[in-house]
Amino acid sequence: MSAVAGVVQRRDWSGDLKAVGYRLIAVAALCAALALVSDAFLTWNNVLNVLRQAALLFLLASGLTLVILTAGLDLSVGANVALSACLAGTVMKATGSPLLGTAVGLGCGTLVGAANGTLVASLRIPPFIATYGMLWVVHGVTYWYMAGSTVHGFPAGFRSLGSGYWLGIPIPVYIMSLFLAIGALFAQRTTWGQEIYAIGANPVAARLSGVPINRRLILVYTLSGAMAGLASLIFLARLNSAEGDIGESLTLPAIAAVLIGGTSLFGGVGTVGGTLVGALILTLVLNGMNLLALNPNWQPLVTGVIVIAAVCLDMLTRRRSRA
Amino acid sequence: MLDPAPFERAAAVGLPAAGVTHAPAARFEWSRIPGVAYTLAGLCLTFALAAKGFLDPANLANVGMQSTILLMLALPMTLIILTEGIDLSMGAVLTVASVVLAATVVGTGSATLGLCAALALGAAFGFVNGALTAWVGIPPFVVTLGTMGIAQGLALIVTDAQSIVGMPVTVTWWYGGFLAGIPVPIVVAVLFYLATHALLYHTRFGTYVFALGGNPEALRLAGVRADLYLVGVYVLGGLACGLAALVLTARMSAGHPTAAIGLEFEAIAAVALGGTSFEKGNGWLFGSVLGVLTVGVLRNGLNLLGTQSAVQVAAIGVLVIGALLVDNLRSRR
Repeated sequence: MSAVAGVVQRRDWSGDLKAVGYRLIAVAALCAALALVSDAFLTWNNVLNVLRQAALLFLLASGLTLVILTAGLDLSVGANVALSACLAGTVMKATGSPLLGTAVGLGCGTLVGAANGTLVASLRIPPFIATYGMLWVVHGVTYWYMAGSTVHGFPAGFRSLGSGYWLGIPIPVYIMSLFLAIGALFAQRTTWGQEIYAIGANPVAARLSGVPINRRLILVYTLSGAMAGLASLIFLARLNSAEGDIGESLTLPAIAAVLIGGTSLFGGVGTVGGTLVGALILTLVLNGMNLLALNPNWQPLVTGVIVIAAVCLDMLTRRRSRA
Repeated sequence: MLDPAPFERAAAVGLPAAGVTHAPAARFEWSRIPGVAYTLAGLCLTFALAAKGFLDPANLANVGMQSTILLMLALPMTLIILTEGIDLSMGAVLTVASVVLAATVVGTGSATLGLCAALALGAAFGFVNGALTAWVGIPPFVVTLGTMGIAQGLALIVTDAQSIVGMPVTVTWWYGGFLAGIPVPIVVAVLFYLATHALLYHTRFGTYVFALGGNPEALRLAGVRADLYLVGVYVLGGLACGLAALVLTARMSAGHPTAAIGLEFEAIAAVALGGTSFEKGNGWLFGSVLGVLTVGVLRNGLNLLGTQSAVQVAAIGVLVIGALLVDNLRSRR
């Protein structure tokens, strides 16, 4: 793939559309299979439940998609969700103002993301090490801040962000749709988005074409942090409580959603829309395991297998397209 | 990323023998020693002044014993990082190995059989990590992130999220026992270090480990099956997890499904503090020992000061990012 061409002229998206199309077929097949084995699957409640869960996962994974498009990685998103949710929750509880709590949650997520971006772009620390270190720093700060306590009971207006409905459809699904549109437009129709693809496809060519690499890298990590902040608010609103460990199990599924969605770890290939389909596939699998009354202890194992399988698939298709 | 390595590698392919014949055998990086040694000395001094009881011989022995398990992860982690790899699954593999060891001991009553099961499981995970890295070409941090999830899930499934208790003295001796008046874990740690040192600095395997990170192309052009050695490094990491599982199970005298989750971070931290670089196969095995002691002293001192465990981990994280920054500034100069 030529990054210079990616910068100078518009990319051809037909390949990406095809990739998303294949995955949509997988979604349909999964739905059909689940509908066959479980009567509970095709109930309205369960479908809404799947959508609501996929919405949360997508919001977290959408920012991560941009990071992975630059051939980076953000391992701190789960820890970031926990800290943002706990800060937002305690501030909301203390001041009684949902607006202030929301601002604190978004601000915290964005700041952690900006710190990641600085470590990666300006200080040249390999992304997985920088964000892995950040994971544990944020994790520690969260536990210290919460000191084992739980904060719960938020205003109804705020809670509707996670558990409310409008025209019979959960509010998170609207938020998901909004950010799907924004994310897709940003990545595919703006110069900045194109530059993000170019950095991942070929950093040297991107630099020679005049892409301000450091600024764009800081941007993608900051956006990833901001999306983690947003996801934390929806999570908080749905659970109506927050404690130190709430985000821990979210990082692996978020990365899985991005990779299943067809975004390549090696950068430059993938779409935000694909990540939504990835989030749907993962949610359907986990939902199916739930419906079949499989022990929830199997979930990390299955997610791990899916991550590896998704990357293997990516490697195979890349090898074939190169040959 | 913005890694200039591909160019350097491409340039070095012209001189294929350079990375192989001039192996950096036992090359001490003197310029790096002060970093971790000063940190360790500074921490010891701080805690000697601030934390009552830190300098008690019993407490210091405790630091050593508690550091054993970390050392058994950090040394193979050093080798893995030298190949420009990483193993995020170590904590989870150690956990599942410990659980399987405990279950086998409870089931059969034989500690030897338990250790064999733990070693086999560790080696199997190491092999999967290595095979997916070397033969499929997936970046190791994603492979091991996936196997981390698998190992974590397996530990929960095997135990049904309960502890497996009732370890016989043949197991607990490995943490609580004494050999010629010295606590067994200390003996284990010293032997483990000596074996790893010999492997890294006095065998062909060790030479290739350095070359795998420094110049894998040269290794391949020299006709070495680099892929086999890369798989071997990860299998070694898995085996070390199996062995460490014995000490861990002995220490808790139980197999617990979340016992060592996240311990790989402390191991990576110790390696980074010890001055091993994440790029280009630069590193120093004894530095990792000092790194392990630094992490151990930090945890112990903060413990004596009454700090929560999670805060200790955050402190380690800050220390590591600081060390990476210093390393970064140095290499720029």
